[in-house]
Amino acid sequence: MTSAMTEFFGNLRAAPRRILEAAFRGGAPTTDRTRSTFIFGNVFLHLHSVRVHRWTLRWPATMGLGIATTAAFLITLVTGVLLMFYYKPYPEAAYQSIKDIHFVVPTGRFMRNIHRWAANVMVVCVLLHMARAFYTASYRKPREFNWLVGMGLLSLTLGLSFTGYLLPWDQLAYWAVTIGANIAQSPREITDALEITEWFDPGGFQRALLLGSEIVGEEALIRFYLLHVMVLPLALVFLMTIHFWRIRKDGGLARPDDVDQRLGPPEGEVYPVFTQAPEKTYQLAAIVRGRTPAVGSGPENTVPSMPHLFYAELGVMMFTTLVCVALAIVSDAPLKELANPSVPENPAKAPWYFLGLQELVSFSAFTGGIGIPAIVLLGLGLIPFLDRESAGTGRWFGGPGGWPLVQRALLVGFGAALAVEALVIRFGWIREWFPAVGQLVVTAINPGTILTLIYGAYSVWLVKRHNSARAGALGLFTCFLCGFLVLTIIGTYFRGPNWVFYWSPADWPKH
Amino acid sequence: MTVIPGGSRSRLDPEATPRRDWLGLTALWSMVSALSFGFLGALRLPKAAVVAAPSKSFKIAIPEALAAGEALVPQGHAAAVFRDEEGVYAISTICTHLGCVVKPNAEGFECPCHGSRFDKTGGVVKGPAPRALPWLQVRLSGDEAQIDEGKTVPGGTKVKSA
Repeated sequence: MTSAMTEFFGNLRAAPRRILEAAFRGGAPTTDRTRSTFIFGNVFLHLHSVRVHRWTLRWPATMGLGIATTAAFLITLVTGVLLMFYYKPYPEAAYQSIKDIHFVVPTGRFMRNIHRWAANVMVVCVLLHMARAFYTASYRKPREFNWLVGMGLLSLTLGLSFTGYLLPWDQLAYWAVTIGANIAQSPREITDALEITEWFDPGGFQRALLLGSEIVGEEALIRFYLLHVMVLPLALVFLMTIHFWRIRKDGGLARPDDVDQRLGPPEGEVYPVFTQAPEKTYQLAAIVRGRTPAVGSGPENTVPSMPHLFYAELGVMMFTTLVCVALAIVSDAPLKELANPSVPENPAKAPWYFLGLQELVSFSAFTGGIGIPAIVLLGLGLIPFLDRESAGTGRWFGGPGGWPLVQRALLVGFGAALAVEALVIRFGWIREWFPAVGQLVVTAINPGTILTLIYGAYSVWLVKRHNSARAGALGLFTCFLCGFLVLTIIGTYFRGPNWVFYWSPADWPKH
Repeated sequence: MTVIPGGSRSRLDPEATPRRDWLGLTALWSMVSALSFGFLGALRLPKAAVVAAPSKSFKIAIPEALAAGEALVPQGHAAAVFRDEEGVYAISTICTHLGCVVKPNAEGFECPCHGSRFDKTGGVVKGPAPRALPWLQVRLSGDEAQIDEGKTVPGGTKVKSA
């Protein structure tokens, strides 16, 4: 009897330890073996590989941009759920609830600021992350599919930002979304000119689907809310999971061929597992096509992901949080007057990362809002399938031409964008010279398409000059990046009321 | 697996398409197409059949003092009403570019969003707007005009009271 009681109390004392052991079966990650079980025994961590190459851990290899994007997303997730406690997705009530969150709810303003800043940080980081993957030629085989998944993630990130923009139901939100919904309708620019809108109206269909009504009203608000808090985040998590898992399945991050010579021998405290390259991997030979990444690649030069990779990731996450919180303390998220459908905000500006597009739609709605973005997305998606070369993979600005080519492309990119903008601002465009000209002419020939043509021609020339698709891609990507920057900066700082060019907001007319 | 006498085919080579595989593939693709059609059908839901929107028709009294060519913009409506010797007419103030509300001025209309300019009859003079501002249907009864924002009429249609 006593022995049963003793055992009972012993078990009771041991319960906390045993619960912990049951949850984390491998024990403390103190040896290479338990470090491995720590990762592959955990459903979330095993998206990572168990060991990570030393090249990947170097700061310039990734600059932590992917993890920073993930961290920003997690921050918006947490703060977003908190904001949902008080937000009411109905016109006017929505505005009042945001006001409540701003002025009454404990820490409400702070949380909304963090949410807004983390969303901005996420957009910046996802763009920089894409630039990093491009400039280090990391999209190449076998990582083509992950590049495509990444483009899906970029689109979802922008979609999340845009849908979130309507929710406060203030003047800023209302007019940005009116413009956005009409961009969705802009294929009518072409169908109207061809007089076939009556039978074939993809523009009207897109707008109706987005707004659920003819106007931006309660139906539109509930649709944007649904997309913002449910559909898009779920799709984003889905794609993120594939994106992370694929990194591991594609053999880790892209590395140069001569990575071992570049790195030199590992420092002390690091234990390479295999010092000899395995000639075959017998277990996988039957089911895996080709050779697995570990075969024939020499001393592995890897270190355990726990702790080396995880501590780096945690560091980047903490830093991202610090940046978001600091920005949230310094700057409040804007809230203008209640939405007024009869008086547009003047100037009515979209979020900053769409202002480049807004500059383009100020030439032609269809070309700027749908045509050029579609060309850019298509071009980005095709890059890994057109560039089948191998020189320079894993190195910054790797490939024929290299950094000098990118420098020249920067000049061409900025030069062409500034020249075209200067011409338009100084002399106007076709409509002012010949008011009677048909709309199809303006849709086809406008500053946006001219700039795209210049960039395209330059890149074709680069392909011929260097006899390499990678050289053309380097030039084209750099040029479009420059164009995006120039248009965004002009749209943000140099466009005033009636979208007129002003050197400074101080020159804006009073009204 | 049939072995063709004298054939060079090995036991491990895949057969062209065995009948059982063919039936299986048919079943699989039937399922895929049934699911896709079902999914497409479910997508019909978000496209509203009846759109709830406020009435687009409104009445407005035209003051005697309204000068020829001077715009009268009724509160809460996207239309500008004019009167001259030839009659009363109304022009929509929704920009044909991206749907902002244009403002009447001395030369015609200007859009605050992307700088489109229109002349007094709604024709495009400048900027990205693809079409002229549409003219709206007007019905007169005495001093009162009934204007329907949902019905357009050919440009230049002016209405005189009988």
